[in-house]
Amino acid sequence: MTPLSRNALARMVANHLPSESFVNLGIGAPTMVANALDASQGVILHSENGLLNVGPAPAEGEENHDLINAGKQPVTTLPGASFFDSSLSFSMMRGGHIDVAVLGAFQVSEDGDLANWNTGRDDGAPPAVGGAVDLAVGASQIWVMMEHTTRDGAPRIVSRCTMPLTAVGVVRRIFTNLCLITVTDAGLVVDAMIDDLELKDLQALTEATLTAAPALRTINSDGIVT
Amino acid sequence: MRNVVVPDAAAAVAGISDGMTVMVGGFGGAGLPRVLLKAVLETGVRGLTVISNNAGTSGDDLSSWFEAHVVDKIICSYPRSAEAFTEQYRRGDVELELVPQGTLVERIRAGGAGLGGFLCPVGVGTDFAKGKEVIEVEGRKHLLELPLKADFALVRARDADTLGNLNFNKTARNHCAVMTTAARVTVAEAARIVKPGAMDPEAIVTPCIFVNRILKA
Repeated sequence: MTPLSRNALARMVANHLPSESFVNLGIGAPTMVANALDASQGVILHSENGLLNVGPAPAEGEENHDLINAGKQPVTTLPGASFFDSSLSFSMMRGGHIDVAVLGAFQVSEDGDLANWNTGRDDGAPPAVGGAVDLAVGASQIWVMMEHTTRDGAPRIVSRCTMPLTAVGVVRRIFTNLCLITVTDAGLVVDAMIDDLELKDLQALTEATLTAAPALRTINSDGIVT
Repeated sequence: MRNVVVPDAAAAVAGISDGMTVMVGGFGGAGLPRVLLKAVLETGVRGLTVISNNAGTSGDDLSSWFEAHVVDKIICSYPRSAEAFTEQYRRGDVELELVPQGTLVERIRAGGAGLGGFLCPVGVGTDFAKGKEVIEVEGRKHLLELPLKADFALVRARDADTLGNLNFNKTARNHCAVMTTAARVTVAEAARIVKPGAMDPEAIVTPCIFVNRILKA
């Protein structure tokens, strides 16, 4: 088995976004989803610093320091873009107007608890949260996109989060480099896995209990679910 | 006719004094009032409480205030990549109140709108709920979040007219627009200053009632 590349993982997430939905991509890996979207999907991207209809990165030399995304990277606008202040921007989230937020995570629990803002290691560095907590509570659906395990091979999908929580019981779907999971009232259901992976192997890399969907599907190396 | 344009940077920040609370607009470099930041430094003021989204990274942003030991406390959401702040935080020289970004701006909005606070579902069940009253509305738990106000608000605008009407450039609107409502003295540095009537009334983001001083910068 070969885990999905980051590009393939981004494509898997992009392919699942509902057409014409309003979507916020968290900083870090989720921003790669923007490049994997097909224009025909009509997805409208929201950036919490005050922009709807975020466009791709500008050409070199065309950057404008007043036109940035939530990760403070230069972006462009697409036709129909709008600017707004932070209060209105977070009204879009907390008010349930954002259909999906795709966020990175350190840990997700079997109840859909999310830990993605602070590892909890007290090394004296100041904590920083940004819009992570607001997004996790406000968007209609929270999707997590992450490597299935830590670099050391420790599970990120756990029975209970040990790191400081971002929000309680909010995660709906988990996209990893090995599988696609839906968080249900009955626990974590694996909808699809990469080729040549058995559920017991996936379970060995996961602390929380997994069950397979009745029609378990396969994810190919391009991140396409078949 | 009302004319809030000041002649120079010193006049723009006149009256700022030790121990005051100052809101500073901007998200990263967008909307950051760099000229006003420098003007405050030059007053030699100390012991400020700062309300801003970030804590500066380098050069002429908020990091210059930390390097000069101007700040006793910062209320912000994302003090990351902020070397000067981090160094003082580790030494215990500066206090941090960490607030989720949307809650931060809404607390400022409450301050500016004359509200006693608001009920927010963000942070329920997390460390951000510590010390806050939990109130249930329609079966959902909320935290009581209290308003923020300031003595001064410093923002960067794109256009201003001499009455004090403002608009902003692209994503520079961020916290700036709301901060203008929540301070005793709001100061905007603006790239362009025009006559009243030259700005489309439909396109004014901050009406002049919220703005006390304009500096061309």
